Amino acid sequence: MSLFDPASLSAYLAISAVLFCLGSYGIVSRRNAVSVLMGVELVLNAANLNLVAFSRFCSGDLRGQLFAIFVIVLAAAEAAVALAIILAIYHSFHTIDVNEIDSLRD
Amino acid sequence: MNAEFFYRIVFTALVAVTLSSAFVVVTARNLVRAAFALLFTLGGMAGLYVYLAADFLAATQIIVYVGGIMILILFGVMLTNKIVSVELYQGSARVGRSILLFAGLLFILFSVFFNTDWPLRGRPEMPPTSKAIGLAFMGEFLLPFEVVSILLLAALIGAVYIARREVRR
Repeated sequence: MSLFDPASLSAYLAISAVLFCLGSYGIVSRRNAVSVLMGVELVLNAANLNLVAFSRFCSGDLRGQLFAIFVIVLAAAEAAVALAIILAIYHSFHTIDVNEIDSLRD
Repeated sequence: MNAEFFYRIVFTALVAVTLSSAFVVVTARNLVRAAFALLFTLGGMAGLYVYLAADFLAATQIIVYVGGIMILILFGVMLTNKIVSVELYQGSARVGRSILLFAGLLFILFSVFFNTDWPLRGRPEMPPTSKAIGLAFMGEFLLPFEVVSILLLAALIGAVYIARREVRR
């Protein structure tokens, strides 16, 4: 069964597909903004796993890994800015429920 | 034979930990529990990177994700302290649509994966990657490297500016 073979591309593609779908499930179903952020992190990790797997099994050079490192850096910057925005929203709205946050002014 | 068996057992355990804790991340009602489950997902991802011969990337994953982003998310969970009162699900309709999205995306992705003829190479060996990655960052990828450093500076200043409290005199 190639799905559980650590030396086959399809195992990693299947794992990252499940991770991606779980992440998008979290983004859609969660109401708490921090949980939505966690779903985004899962999606980014799934993309990273695909990049590294293709880099190992198809291209053979390190470009996929370099792109994955850039994705990790962007995820760190995104997490910092997103959490700062969530804190600012919490200070002015006193909630981080994404359904309640629907006005641009105080 | 024995080593190969061990290799597969550890891989299966890693996959099980990664996917089951990812499931907890998106379904747990307690946000702190979800955040700690995310920790295990990210750690399992680092293990999978080791299986893909990406040693430098595995170390980066642990340092940046487990050490940095997880702490940030935990701060976010703890600082917005009304988390217990926020009901995590909106209602059954939204959950139904989300599950539909989950199943649909999974079906599409799996059908693409198993119907595509990927240009596979043979089973490659595992050379150390950190030297080659460092050389690539200082050579071919120098411009994106510098752009990313400017982006990090901008994100740093922007995050501090957005998150500070207004001081009223």
